[in-house]
Amino acid sequence: MENKAVLTVKDLSVSFHMYDRGLEQYDLSVISNLNLDVRSGEIVAVAGSSGSGKSLLAHAVMGLLPGNAKIRGEICYRGELLTQRRKEILRGKELALVPQSVSFLDPLMRVGSQVRGGRKDEGSRRAQKEIFKRFRLEEQVEKLYPFQLSGGMARRVLVSTAVLSGAEVILADEPTPGLDLEMAVEALNVFRELADEGKAVVLITHDIDLAFHVADRIAVFYAGTTVEVARASDFLEGKEALRHPYSKALWEALPQNGFRPIPGFQPYAKALPKGCLFGPRCPHKTEGCEREIPMRELRGGYVRCIHAD
Amino acid sequence: MKRSYYLKAAGTYFLRMVTLLLAVSIISFVLVSFSPVDPVQQYVGAVPNVSMEQREKIAEYWGLNDPPLERFFAWGSSILRGDFGVSLLYRRPVIEIIGEKFATSLALMITAWLLSGILGFALGCLMGAFSGRWPDKILKKLCLTMCSIPTFWIGIVFLMFFSVTLGWFPMSMSVPMGVPAAEVTIWQRIHHLILPAFTLSFLSFAGVALHTREKLVDVLESDYVLFAKARGESGWSILKRHGLRNILLPAVTMQFGSFSELFGGSVLAETVFSYPGLGAAAAAAGMGSDVPLLLGITLFSALFVFVGNLLADIIYRIVDPQIREGRSK
Repeated sequence: MENKAVLTVKDLSVSFHMYDRGLEQYDLSVISNLNLDVRSGEIVAVAGSSGSGKSLLAHAVMGLLPGNAKIRGEICYRGELLTQRRKEILRGKELALVPQSVSFLDPLMRVGSQVRGGRKDEGSRRAQKEIFKRFRLEEQVEKLYPFQLSGGMARRVLVSTAVLSGAEVILADEPTPGLDLEMAVEALNVFRELADEGKAVVLITHDIDLAFHVADRIAVFYAGTTVEVARASDFLEGKEALRHPYSKALWEALPQNGFRPIPGFQPYAKALPKGCLFGPRCPHKTEGCEREIPMRELRGGYVRCIHAD
Repeated sequence: MKRSYYLKAAGTYFLRMVTLLLAVSIISFVLVSFSPVDPVQQYVGAVPNVSMEQREKIAEYWGLNDPPLERFFAWGSSILRGDFGVSLLYRRPVIEIIGEKFATSLALMITAWLLSGILGFALGCLMGAFSGRWPDKILKKLCLTMCSIPTFWIGIVFLMFFSVTLGWFPMSMSVPMGVPAAEVTIWQRIHHLILPAFTLSFLSFAGVALHTREKLVDVLESDYVLFAKARGESGWSILKRHGLRNILLPAVTMQFGSFSELFGGSVLAETVFSYPGLGAAAAAAGMGSDVPLLLGITLFSALFVFVGNLLADIIYRIVDPQIREGRSK
């Protein structure tokens, strides 16, 4: 059980069918060949800059992508391949999403009845009260409307929906922006607690710095794919422990590590380079990088780079 | 604190109403005084052998020779007295006529208002729930067509089809002809009401439906509906729990805000069906250059629309928690 992945994402690609000028149509590929797995009891942080497709990953797992999206690859829950139908059955029960902001709450419904999700029985009422107490939400909070919540309260209310559902896999989509350091740490500690209780947590964030401290593993995201999956401790250890040139660059760009950015920018989904997506910005680029690069195991982690050692 | 809030709100509304009515009376008076229609000629009409002296006498009696400012103040004082002047056509105080006609119109307007509100809302929900699929596509085209059809034209079509060809409904009026007022039954009144009410609701009905559809589509694409789906709520539960909750308020307020269209439409619908209500009276007053009646109806309609908007505003304040509870904090 310990090492068995609860949620596995294998070679996931997501593209959107778009209309160009006039009647031209094309497929915009936003996630390509993504691999990820989460075990129970651990937090995997999915870290990357904005526009790297992090939120879409969560939506793809939950089966929430809009109608013009096409999915390839496999998403498995406890070894069972998830179809759209299966996702619809499992979401809210086995799979839970913790969304980004208070805008994901119905503005005209009181918080308590929203957290209970329409269940009116005494049992779920009691469970909701207990969870509110656990997250230090006062009893009167359940009578409030979403617009009356403070940022920290909203965060805890959103998390409590996932806890109440009893889901085994929790996907948290950017749970920290807009919070000050103290509250952000507090929010992340909630996920740590949940993981320690045996849940599998996917923490989608661009707050890498914070992610190191609560996560067990970090999946580094670049232009819609994972370029590296490393232990969180590798990031704390330093640049040499990391595997992919982008992860190293990310590490160097952190304030405490020199604050050095690399030139160039993440490619737009409509104009992805051939082969390695990081190629155009990589100092080690060779001809071999223009072929398809598979994910390979290296020093206890995974990397999508032919030069890494 | 609460009390002072209500007092302040009431004061603001009252001030708004007074300035609105003042502005409307000045503007409409100016417009009417530029009217090329000669009230005496209209009054005398087809009656031959009316000498110039007699015409002059009528004009003098009505005060048509006085300077405009004096006439405005004479009219203004009649409003303050409460009778709104004397109608030239009916030879009775304007306020009486408005009261009488409005009672007739009210039945028509309320029926049309409820009809367009309820049916439009239901249809809008249906379109929104099926948005992008064939029921929506068909109904949307139908609604857009309905929106572009003028009220008077559809009124005439209804008349030709339902009254002339099929003979289901009476041709005109609000009660059967030749029956003493005391003997008219409620069924006869309803029978006369149906076609004009349908005609009047026809235009706003499609508007309400399209508006509701847009709102519902917005709601169904919102973050909170996405999250509700993520939590395992089914389509029907989402529609019931989040959809209706979030579109009902704008729909109700829009419905109260539509009093102006209702009144404007009633002029056309009542004229087509010779339905003796306020709209038809307004048309007659305009044609006959019955200045006191026309101005009286104009003022009254401004008040009517104002009350509609006021109700919309108040409902929003009471029902929307973001305003209601945001204030008490």
